[in-house]
Amino acid sequence: MTVTSSRTLTRSRWWLWVSSACVVTVVVLVGCLGIGTQSISYSRILAIVLDSVGGISLEQSLSDPTSIILLQVRMPRVLLAFLVGGSLAMVGVALQALLRNPLADPFVIGISSGAALGAAIALLFGVGISVGSISALPVCAFTGALLSLMIMYRISSAQLGFSVYTLLLAGVVLNAIFSAFIMFLTSIADPNRVFGMYAWLMGTLTGPDWSTLGMLMLYLGVGLFILGMHAQSLNLLTLGEETARSLGVEVERVKKAVFLAAALLTGAVVSFSGIIGFVGLIIPHAVRLVVSADHRLLLPMAGLMGGMFLMMADTVARTALSPSEFPVGVITALVGGPIFLWLLTTRQTQLGMK
Amino acid sequence: MVIDDSTNSVRHEVTHTMNDQTSSGVAYSLENVTFSYARRPYTESEAVLNDLSCLILSGRVLGILGPNGSGKSTFLKLLARVFQPQRGKIELLGDSLAGLSQLDVAKRVALVPQETLQVFPFTIAEMVLMGRSPHHQGWGGWHWEDSQDWVVAQNAMEELDVAHLGHRLVTEVSGGERQRAVIARALVQEPKILLLDEPTAFLDLHHQLDIARIIKRLNRERGLTVVLVSHDLNLASQYCDHVLLLNDGRLAAMGSPQKVLNPEIIEAVYGCSVLVDQHPQSGLPRVSLPV
Repeated sequence: MTVTSSRTLTRSRWWLWVSSACVVTVVVLVGCLGIGTQSISYSRILAIVLDSVGGISLEQSLSDPTSIILLQVRMPRVLLAFLVGGSLAMVGVALQALLRNPLADPFVIGISSGAALGAAIALLFGVGISVGSISALPVCAFTGALLSLMIMYRISSAQLGFSVYTLLLAGVVLNAIFSAFIMFLTSIADPNRVFGMYAWLMGTLTGPDWSTLGMLMLYLGVGLFILGMHAQSLNLLTLGEETARSLGVEVERVKKAVFLAAALLTGAVVSFSGIIGFVGLIIPHAVRLVVSADHRLLLPMAGLMGGMFLMMADTVARTALSPSEFPVGVITALVGGPIFLWLLTTRQTQLGMK
Repeated sequence: MVIDDSTNSVRHEVTHTMNDQTSSGVAYSLENVTFSYARRPYTESEAVLNDLSCLILSGRVLGILGPNGSGKSTFLKLLARVFQPQRGKIELLGDSLAGLSQLDVAKRVALVPQETLQVFPFTIAEMVLMGRSPHHQGWGGWHWEDSQDWVVAQNAMEELDVAHLGHRLVTEVSGGERQRAVIARALVQEPKILLLDEPTAFLDLHHQLDIARIIKRLNRERGLTVVLVSHDLNLASQYCDHVLLLNDGRLAAMGSPQKVLNPEIIEAVYGCSVLVDQHPQSGLPRVSLPV
């Protein structure tokens, strides 16, 4: 048996996995675009997209209700689902590697709540005024995410022999504290503002327009670039910080960069879609199981799979009870929660919990 | 303190001539090294290592011995620059260790930690290949392994008898197999110095002997400088050219096993009296506990 066996990553294997996943992603994307209160045939989707890309008949598209639904409502929403799902999965991967804990998820360990608290402050107290083209909302969410990450990291490095349980417990407590703050804020805030917040807190993907989507892509692009760049360092970090250092990793610098990127991604995602839990937990686990634990492949695959998962979950959320819809966070929690519990009970030895 | 070479046995002289080129050099020189895990300002009682000075010669096997909490593992981590001393100076092959980049250190020094825990499903081959990482300099460490890397990894895995485990997950092999794979990972770093932290802890007798022989072979055949931390005085006696005895963060004794492993020194450091006689085969000191 040579080292090139089975799972070991080569450049060609990387391309094979990533390109096939891209193809499947496009198929799922088109599938989700077609499904809705008004279903649109695939040939029609193709025609409308080609039309708008060519920019030939803008006048005509604007007058056509189907193309308005597709281009102005459904497509931004499906793309938002893809971006949010993909980012959450990749943040999950990064946090799991840094904390060496397969159960770390931005929602479970309280990073999303931190971001939500920041976003709630911006939403409820009208800090939502933009400075230049940068809205205060994602900045506040980023600050909240960074704060909770720093607290979490302090806790995890404070004591030797820090266990998986401690991290989960700390996450639960952090979630409780941030939720209490959010509840307090909603109770003293203007009732008119509060109503919109409830749906948002459950995690929702309704109503993005192309310009907010563009803004989100900018934040995510920066965050994902930083994560991807450090893929090999993340591999080495799974061996422990001391071993990583002995293998040439500038651990402190890498940790800072990855934490900042994770906070940026979580902050951006939460400020656009609220709290959507467990995507960062299920997807990385599944990809590691089937594809590879190597972060050079794990990161892009988790991104694509997470994006696909949330596109499909959101399609269910907006069509299952049509014409009304429910928050997509409900679905991810209903699917992810039991998987989390199953992992917790079946993988004890692997998690070092003994 | 400088190692006194004149006390070496004939057996050691033979190995030295084989590695004449490497044994003439100095792998590490430590000058007044003090280290504490506490942040500055720290009190002297908090220092894990205190005012330590010594030379570590190239091409030899050095054993670091001492009671629990005497600073053995910390000593090894300073050599790998996992931590840096607050005071004092460490030179690695003539260069200041503090002045080298983490990557430069990793090209010269490989560390085998006491325990390798892995919670993610990496295969043995993947973990061994990670040892090639220091030889690639990419953006944030991003790189692809080339055919050279595969060859080096394959050879190391065959040498440590883990090639057949390449496709198995790190999480599902036995402790002995994992330890051999970690040593293989250290070898693919192609280091000049191999640091091992209790390489035989958690292993049964058969695997202890296995690992000890492998270490000795690597030292002889490749001229690899080996520094190993051990609790096992007898293992150190049999397989180390020199031993360094630490007591409460200070250097208690350093020299050949014959010189250091005598009842007076051991009692002074460990606080219990022992019997020392000669090993029936090698004639080297054998330490036993009294009944």
